[in-house]
Amino acid sequence: MLNHISTYLYQRPKLILRLLLGPPMLYMLVVYLGSLFTLLVNSFFSLNDFTGLVVYEFTLRTYAKLFEATNLGIFFRTASMAMAVTLADIIIAFPLAYYIARFSSTRLKTYLYIAVTLPLWSSYLVRVYAWKLILAKEGIVSWFFELFGIQFILDKLLSIPEIGGSSLSLSPIGMFIAFCYIWLPYMIVPIQTALERVPKSLIEASSDLGANAAQTFRNVLLPLALPGVIAGSIFTFSLTLGDFIIPQVLGNSRYFIGQAVYSYQGTAGNIPLAAAFTMGPVVIMIVYLLIARRLGAFDAL
Amino acid sequence: MRSKSFGDKPSLGLTLGAIGALLFLHVPLWIIFLYSFTTDEATYSFPLPGLTTKWFGVALQRADLWSALTLSVQVALVATFFALILGTLAAAAVYRSDFFGKDAISFLLILPIALPGIVTGIALRSAIGTLNIPFSYWTIVIGHATFCVVVVYNNVLARFRRMQGSQIEASMDLGANSFQTFRYVVLPNIATALLAGGMLAFALSFDEVIVTTFTAGQQATLPIWIFSQLVRPRDRPVTNVVATIVILITFLPIFFAQRISSQSSDTEGENK
Repeated sequence: MLNHISTYLYQRPKLILRLLLGPPMLYMLVVYLGSLFTLLVNSFFSLNDFTGLVVYEFTLRTYAKLFEATNLGIFFRTASMAMAVTLADIIIAFPLAYYIARFSSTRLKTYLYIAVTLPLWSSYLVRVYAWKLILAKEGIVSWFFELFGIQFILDKLLSIPEIGGSSLSLSPIGMFIAFCYIWLPYMIVPIQTALERVPKSLIEASSDLGANAAQTFRNVLLPLALPGVIAGSIFTFSLTLGDFIIPQVLGNSRYFIGQAVYSYQGTAGNIPLAAAFTMGPVVIMIVYLLIARRLGAFDAL
Repeated sequence: MRSKSFGDKPSLGLTLGAIGALLFLHVPLWIIFLYSFTTDEATYSFPLPGLTTKWFGVALQRADLWSALTLSVQVALVATFFALILGTLAAAAVYRSDFFGKDAISFLLILPIALPGIVTGIALRSAIGTLNIPFSYWTIVIGHATFCVVVVYNNVLARFRRMQGSQIEASMDLGANSFQTFRYVVLPNIATALLAGGMLAFALSFDEVIVTTFTAGQQATLPIWIFSQLVRPRDRPVTNVVATIVILITFLPIFFAQRISSQSSDTEGENK
């Protein structure tokens, strides 16, 4: 019996393909794309301000609301943070990625690889929590500054409008540090993968031809590492755009996209506005992914 | 003339930069360990006023913690199970045939982790709301499975690509049917990839909080419990202990996944 089925299937590769592809595609299309589609549809509905109920009629009013000053501010704030975090992570990640790719023995490489990815797989929330402890007003960082009698630097930093706050654990500076920390492994791994593929001879050739360190870095290493950098930035950028945990835990009352979405759908029950809000990051990320694919970033994943 | 730059030895600056990044990645975790022993109940003061181990005992007796942990494990197990089946099927399809839209499949599968978690979350939330589905255990599982599929898919597809196609042909030539070939040739070959992918999927689900807040209703998984403590700290010492235990628990699957992949001399768990 099984033999018959087997032969029957063997002669019909298209049927096998359909059987294999059917369940996962059905799941992804129905559950995931279906949900994204409902999200899109919802963003064209609106909330009746008097009754607080969703009006199921096509309108662009909800999208118009995105262009109010407060909401534009939220987009701008979140995108700036995502960009700052991405740049900082590239700078922090590069030396370590390069060290692993170029100067480590196979053995050391394995250990360093584990060391880099271990935090990634340990709990995200717990790692955010660590920064609440570290950055607290009575916590380690403050203690450190006091120890050296340089408390005034911290105070000065915190008094800067826009990025300061009452303590590091309640300020955009603190959020920035936590974001950089949380997403750093996502940047290190792809850069390392990309650097791994740069033949050593290429760098030697560059030095042979008289380029100094900076020139070799700029003209040889960086262009070849670029797919890795872009692949990493997909993660850091996208993850920062959509995160509402860190702003909620370490931020102040100035909203980020994630918090806005969260509060609109929750307490306000305004799913249309939350949906319209989400379309911002979706559009940004799809454009980003398409560009990244053209630049070959997916080979470095 | 050959310049001195980019030689065979790392420069001091590079080494310091690398060490700095490593410390940045790891010191915060040590600090959590330290804090789980503090006697301070009301603040996060440093240096710690005193050391105690009593909070571990207190945490073990909290019923709310146990139910949150149980729910998290159940959700992660079922979501991983779905991900294993769907991910393997998709990987097999992409590996063995060429068809229209093949590239789109990787793209579709990676979307749930490439798009911000809040998008997946609010999308599922709006679908649940529109269809009037009550929030439950299953709404959490379905949400988790969407982003777990891709890790299994990546691992299994990578293994398929390294597998010798001739093994399958030989098996068929020797008279085995497709099912026997799958059972005795394909499955042993991809077993460790399934294990590694499954463990990563489990870890991903066990830790997920963003999508879960939108799909969980009143139920609290462990991450949701921790999140509520982060926003409004009520039991600081217990939270410290939970954080420490969670770190220890999540290290185990990673440790094993790494062991498996180093034994089978390929690169599961790596983003390759």
